[in-house]
Amino acid sequence: MKAFLVLDDGRIFEGKNYGATGKTFGEAVFATGMTGYQETLTDPSYHKQVVVMTSPHIGNTGINPEDNESSKFWVAGFVVRNPSPITSNWRANDDLEQELVRQEIVGISNIDTRALTRHLRDRGAMRVGIFSGTELTREEMVVEVRKSNQMAGAFLSEAVSTSTPYVVAAKGQKRFKVVALDLGIKAATPRSFAERGVESVVVPFNTSAAEILALNPDGIFLSNGPGDPAAMTQVVETVRELLTSEVPIFGICFGHQILGRALGFETYKLQFGHRGINQPVLDRTTGKVEITAHNHGFAIKAPIDQQFTTVYGPGEVTHVGLNDGVVEGLRLIERPAFSVQYHPEAAAGPHDANYLFDRFISLMDARKVRA
Amino acid sequence: MPIDKTIKTVLVIGSGPIVIGQACEFDYSGTQACRVLKNEGIRVVLVNSNPATIMTDPEFADATYIEPITPDAIEQIIIKEKPDAVLATLGGQTALNAAMKLHEKGILQRHGVRLIGADVQAIQRGENRELFRAIVEKVGGESAKSIICHTLEQCFSAVAQLNYPVVVRPSFTMGGLGSGIAFNSDQLEQIAGAGLRHSPTSEVLLEESILGWKEYELEVMRDRKDNVVIVCSIENIDPMGVHTGDSITVAPALTLTDVEFQKLRNLSIDIIREVGVDTGGCNIQFAVNPQNGRIVVIEMNPRVSRSSALASKATGFPIAKIATKLAIGYSLDEIQNDITKVTPASFEPTLDYIVVKTPRFAFEKFADADPRLTTTMKSVGEAMAIGRSFPEALQKSLRSLEGKRQILSFQPI
Repeated sequence: MKAFLVLDDGRIFEGKNYGATGKTFGEAVFATGMTGYQETLTDPSYHKQVVVMTSPHIGNTGINPEDNESSKFWVAGFVVRNPSPITSNWRANDDLEQELVRQEIVGISNIDTRALTRHLRDRGAMRVGIFSGTELTREEMVVEVRKSNQMAGAFLSEAVSTSTPYVVAAKGQKRFKVVALDLGIKAATPRSFAERGVESVVVPFNTSAAEILALNPDGIFLSNGPGDPAAMTQVVETVRELLTSEVPIFGICFGHQILGRALGFETYKLQFGHRGINQPVLDRTTGKVEITAHNHGFAIKAPIDQQFTTVYGPGEVTHVGLNDGVVEGLRLIERPAFSVQYHPEAAAGPHDANYLFDRFISLMDARKVRA
Repeated sequence: MPIDKTIKTVLVIGSGPIVIGQACEFDYSGTQACRVLKNEGIRVVLVNSNPATIMTDPEFADATYIEPITPDAIEQIIIKEKPDAVLATLGGQTALNAAMKLHEKGILQRHGVRLIGADVQAIQRGENRELFRAIVEKVGGESAKSIICHTLEQCFSAVAQLNYPVVVRPSFTMGGLGSGIAFNSDQLEQIAGAGLRHSPTSEVLLEESILGWKEYELEVMRDRKDNVVIVCSIENIDPMGVHTGDSITVAPALTLTDVEFQKLRNLSIDIIREVGVDTGGCNIQFAVNPQNGRIVVIEMNPRVSRSSALASKATGFPIAKIATKLAIGYSLDEIQNDITKVTPASFEPTLDYIVVKTPRFAFEKFADADPRLTTTMKSVGEAMAIGRSFPEALQKSLRSLEGKRQILSFQPI
């Protein structure tokens, strides 16, 4: 069956239907990872986004029950050049396309994903629609895409956050308890904590500072997630209250943007975002380069060359993206709070930045020693 | 760290004659090395016994010696040219072996010359199977069960434990020379006997068979600041049992999930750190059991290898050039990415295309050669193709072999 990928600016790609048929809308973004499509599909940060895979063959390793980052596929749509006609992996228990159909994810295949990626890189991420099995004319499809929601200003935490708190137990002896504010958390994060003897209490995005502190946490974690950080006024307020509590705070991705806003920085939308698992980041404190997993369309505006001052004391930019100089990490100097724009929990992606979890644990250690 | 100012003259060891198992890829990497060194204002002295190479063209080095790649000849050159350092990691196994001999005979120490690219300890840890096994074990990896033998008698008693078939691998040889798979005692006597002769240390390794397993290679680079990048992953279509040089190979690896790929990546990084290659590249080979995913580390080359040349062309990441820059003191984040011109070399290339390499055989020219593919390399060349899909790249590469009807087709031949 024919399918159409229709961009906000009127460009149309014609291909074949892939996954479910029907229509879907979202923000068109491209992801450059050559492995890890299952993690990408199940990553809540991709909520309301139509993901274009730049890797030409997708579906090679099928779907397995172990690599999900959440309970379902979150992408709004999936764009693949050449889906693999067969599954070749010992852990696979199903075919990817079957699963896309089951989860009602509308996709498109057999389009020139390189041309599409270049278009998005030159003109920026934009709204997109995928249509298959509809009777709409090209003009009508463009009109429908232009009526769909923008990512700028989007508040999506409610859709992805857990509605009730839950606990992920530590493996082995429990050393610390972390309260994780769920803005779209991936399973890999509580898993990374658990491996280090840290129990995670995952709480809904709208949990108040008082409620969080009442759980008596050793540390507070701000998760990744979808949406525009500028739309997160309430959570930013919560984080400001938490910052005065002296409990160590660690933010990842969206959580990093929230911490940045809580410190008084602005966030802005990147032209086409960073989505891939090969992004070099310089750790300015050690001078070392780590290869990291990224998935962000927004970033923090903060002074890179010098320390900055906030109402919570001085701070500095700790990590910088080497491809384009984007702020990739922040920390406060006199308070135990830091954050990174990328994904130390990986899944998908390299494990180079795992040490950040240990850094968080040493902050919790230090606080315990003081107390 | 910027360039090491104490290095003013470098002796580059070339790869010698082109033979099956070691072809012009090391001329390519050695030429790149000479070019980089010259551009950095370093005086280049080159030794290569093969005058029919690009690197021995007069413009590539300040002094070129067409001499045998032997410790004695190289010592004479060292005495005459007084280099500060020897670069041997870009001339294949020949150059690396020569460098090890220079070290063993005390020639390097005697003349105050140091090895750059990889030091003696790193080369030993990477090439010596026992040391390497210990490293793999230390970083939590697994090697195939194996036994080292120095005589045929030892080989026969080893087989009692490992059972046939066993893989025979002589130490310190190139292109898998003298290695093979023995299914019975006659074959063992033949292969292991030849292996013991070919190995400079009269040493062969008998190994449990991992025939038929999936075979992968990762190209890794590391600098002295301990930054590590994986340049490329390569998957062999022909499984374990066929030498990589004789196998159709694909980049990037296509049948690994991220969890599995990251395991290989982590192992590679831990291995290169533990081996201690800190100013250059290496290539690490893995076998993965297609039934249960068990990973076995096969070996590493602490130098630029045949696959590095393929990986460079496949990704646009110039491994030989960057390995040379790392050897003279730069770190990855100080080197520019050749493709983007604005971002540093400390990145991992991501491909939106597929690369397929196909070996070229010439059994028609070697009437006595056994045309069955084994762990000894038999191809005489290769063709590489880039395509936007695997079928496209495969067909292009088959067609590039220029053999009659060498494409996959549903039409009867």
